[in-house]
Amino acid sequence: MSEYVQLSYFDIALASVFLLLSGVVALWLQLGITRNLAFATVRMVVQLLLVGLLLKSLFAIQSPWLTLLVALFMAGFAAREIWARQERRLKGWRGLAMGGGAMGASVGVVALMALALIVQPDPWWHPRFALPLLGMIMGNAMTGVSLSLDTLHTALNREQRAIEAQLLLGANKWQAMRPFIRQAMRAGFMPSINAMAAIGLVSLPGMMTGQILSGVDPNEAVKYQLMVMFLIAGATGMAVILATLGSANALTDARDRLRLDRLRKSPK
Amino acid sequence: MLEIKALTRLHIGPVNLSLADGEVIAISGPSGSGKSVLLRAIADLDPNEGSLRTQSGARAGMPAPDWRRKVAYLPAESGWWADIVSEHFTAPAKADLTSLDLPDEAMGWEVARLSSGERQRLAFLRLLEHAPDVLLLDEPTAPLDADNTALFEARIKRCISAGVSVIIVTHDPAQAARIADRHYVLADGQLAEAAHV
Repeated sequence: MSEYVQLSYFDIALASVFLLLSGVVALWLQLGITRNLAFATVRMVVQLLLVGLLLKSLFAIQSPWLTLLVALFMAGFAAREIWARQERRLKGWRGLAMGGGAMGASVGVVALMALALIVQPDPWWHPRFALPLLGMIMGNAMTGVSLSLDTLHTALNREQRAIEAQLLLGANKWQAMRPFIRQAMRAGFMPSINAMAAIGLVSLPGMMTGQILSGVDPNEAVKYQLMVMFLIAGATGMAVILATLGSANALTDARDRLRLDRLRKSPK
Repeated sequence: MLEIKALTRLHIGPVNLSLADGEVIAISGPSGSGKSVLLRAIADLDPNEGSLRTQSGARAGMPAPDWRRKVAYLPAESGWWADIVSEHFTAPAKADLTSLDLPDEAMGWEVARLSSGERQRLAFLRLLEHAPDVLLLDEPTAPLDADNTALFEARIKRCISAGVSVIIVTHDPAQAARIADRHYVLADGQLAEAAHV
């Protein structure tokens, strides 16, 4: 870690100059995004600073329960985010639970496996390993699940007539929904596939860049990145499959009816 | 044969109705009175209460897809899920295209380029593939011209003489008189037999 370059707050301020410039130009061109940009920027700064403080104290305290609490909080926030990113969503508690549950279950299993069998920190739940790992996996699974659920719900709603036409001819619900389930899963898998295709050639992933910048041997950084990519793509894939099948099942019933009455359009 | 006992769906019902083999009833009523809702409920496409049966058995005793093959519902607007007409048929070669004045090439047509009349006639043919006990027809000839309406009605009559029971929703009293044995009016959620056809 000898080559690690410490950043001063002035360095960070310097790095933000061009973002500031973009904001000024956006204001001048009346793009109408300046407020959003400013809000997002401030929010990012506050969130990251708080997270830094939180992680620092968590590492110091080293409590498994506190670590678990933070993990659950992250999962809750991700579940809400999945819910918010769908134009049409399941009514009631299912709207939150379906996407959040699929994401939480997949991410939980994958992260536990990674901690217990691969990284093996001591203790295995050590927040320095558990929380960043969980964060990376969860962030990607969250995106995948929200994309696939949004795609599924939009497609089922739009294609009601085509789906019911098949049901009326004696298809069961899975046969009638198959093209749209496939479409939804593809949407959820796409970010993982794209990320794996472009990685190294176009984009250097943030984690690997961070490790290299802080002096880690690139070979080691690559190994870490590979592991993380496998975990991310695996967890996302499982979450996407679970959420899509679960939601498709929830939007039909035991008599093979399409139940769009269980869907609600977000009031945006 | 179709037997409906205490069918309720939303504001509709309880509906009791019994059709013998080859019997036809026409249903009319103001728009929005729920004629399509009633047909959808009979086909079990929406949640509903009631006990129904045909000669193939009771609705509650069979999976919904089997029921819908036997109690075939032709909605006012048909749905299509593939690009080419033939993909919507189980046995495209066996469909009786000529009976509805469609050419043999019709099976290769693109769905997106069909006229509403062609859609309607093809949707009817694909519905007949499963040899239904009952036909539920929702204003079936609305998109058709006079000639095609006559052919369509003739095709319905062929089904009737083969013993299929038919419920037809129609706004046209003349059509009801031509093919129906009894005439009902749906109003305020209640089905009432009209005085005469």
